[in-house]
Amino acid sequence: METAYLIETVIKIVVILIVFSALAGIGTYFERKVLAFMQRRLGPMNVGPYGMLQFGADAIKLFTKEDIIPTNVVGPIFKIAPVITVATAFIAAAAIPFLPSFTIFGYQVNPIVSDINIGILYILGVMGVGLYGPLLGGMASANKFSLLSAARSAAVFISYEVVTGLSILAPIMLVGSLSLIDFNNYQIENGWIIFSQPVAFLLFWIAAFAETGRTPFHLVANDHEIIDGFGTEYSGMRWGLFYIGEYANMFFLSFVIPLLFLGGFGDGSILGAFALLGKMAFFFFFFLWTRAAWPDVRPDQLMWLCWKVLMPIAVINIIITGVVMMEG
Amino acid sequence: MMKNEQFNDRDVSEDYFKVDIAEYPTTGWDKFKRVVDRTFKIELFVGLWVVLREMFRFNIHTVKYPEEKMPIGPRYRAIHEMKRLWESDAERCIGCGLCEKICISNCIRIDTKIDKNSRKEVSEYSINLGRCIYCGYCAEVCPELAITHGGEYENASDQREHFTTYEDMLTPLDKMRAAKQLEFEGFGAITPHEDERVKKTPLAY
Repeated sequence: METAYLIETVIKIVVILIVFSALAGIGTYFERKVLAFMQRRLGPMNVGPYGMLQFGADAIKLFTKEDIIPTNVVGPIFKIAPVITVATAFIAAAAIPFLPSFTIFGYQVNPIVSDINIGILYILGVMGVGLYGPLLGGMASANKFSLLSAARSAAVFISYEVVTGLSILAPIMLVGSLSLIDFNNYQIENGWIIFSQPVAFLLFWIAAFAETGRTPFHLVANDHEIIDGFGTEYSGMRWGLFYIGEYANMFFLSFVIPLLFLGGFGDGSILGAFALLGKMAFFFFFFLWTRAAWPDVRPDQLMWLCWKVLMPIAVINIIITGVVMMEG
Repeated sequence: MMKNEQFNDRDVSEDYFKVDIAEYPTTGWDKFKRVVDRTFKIELFVGLWVVLREMFRFNIHTVKYPEEKMPIGPRYRAIHEMKRLWESDAERCIGCGLCEKICISNCIRIDTKIDKNSRKEVSEYSINLGRCIYCGYCAEVCPELAITHGGEYENASDQREHFTTYEDMLTPLDKMRAAKQLEFEGFGAITPHEDERVKKTPLAY
């Protein structure tokens, strides 16, 4: 039994790594296409039919490019920073149930690496460690723009950890567990949490944009302002690792939001599995959609929004939830 | 032959879209009204709707350049052309050298000799396209409408000094015989119906 469990876990890990590394690449294709269509352009068209092999061309370019370590950078830290970003993104995926459990050749498979009892706390914690990627990469780069970006990312990520944590606290109080499987089972019996906790849902969603550094809060690596920030000095595959980490994070958060608030995979039928994938696709699409539509906010506006608007609302939401639970 | 009409029609007033820009609020009450307005108008979702609508309309404006090209006007000033006379297929250039003299970037070099008919003939003629700024002075100054600008703009080169010679620019004889030579309508060319407007001048003047 022990050996079987070990083999099963290793296979799951390998599958998640391969699938989401590939998805991160394909995600860039979708992003370029969706942005192009929204801006009345065609996007990549030349590599393969409708540019579908563009991802392969980009991958070849990234893998074969020279790995430049500039002078004056702090070598070891500079080299390890992208690994932190991508590793924490994938480590966080260990507690996410991607599909309901299913039976294959008479063997029951749970598509979650480990259903630990601190599930969501573990996911948010490990994603929080991902802050060290941009922070260390920017500080080690010997570049003023990278340093600015490192300072910004530290400020943004730490501030929005507060909002994520507080907004998720009220649903956790309702469910009484941190495991995402328990969240899912709770929502089968009591309906989707979004209906009982709409404010928490909105807060978590907004904070997810800050956690992934996506467009309304893209000031971490603002291309037109601080020339890609912490990624300025990176080239080749190290830069690609930052990219894979960002996109993997987007995909994992697109899984976590429906699992927490929108009923997850439901009762575990094949329909529920497809519903979860559909919800995931919507949230991933929304990340791209906002990039086409919305402007960036300034760092001070972002801090203002976090500490003066979102955090008080989150605290009030927790208090109201607590009061209602004590009454009922 | 490309016509000028589509480029001459510059009345685009019916396509103008006036942006509604409100007055900047000065009093406290106006500022308060603006805050309320901005808070409850949910303009973020208007933006989302606009880009989504454009995505589903799929009204793509991309020109896939090497396969598709935008039409260019007959007045476009790209690589020069040397025209021939319609009546005799002879070269229009009389070797006066005015284009060399007026060229402000010194990219034209012309050399002439007297041929066996005691007529001046161009022996060397080159334009350094790396220096040429395509100002059109040479076409404007040319008394014979010999040197003009053409529409060939794809002149990327692997070096800066990139020359075109008289033979390259001259209208080929077979094109001339097929009556395919295009008259330049741009800078320095005679305007259409010029012959109706010109005043007769006595020869002794």
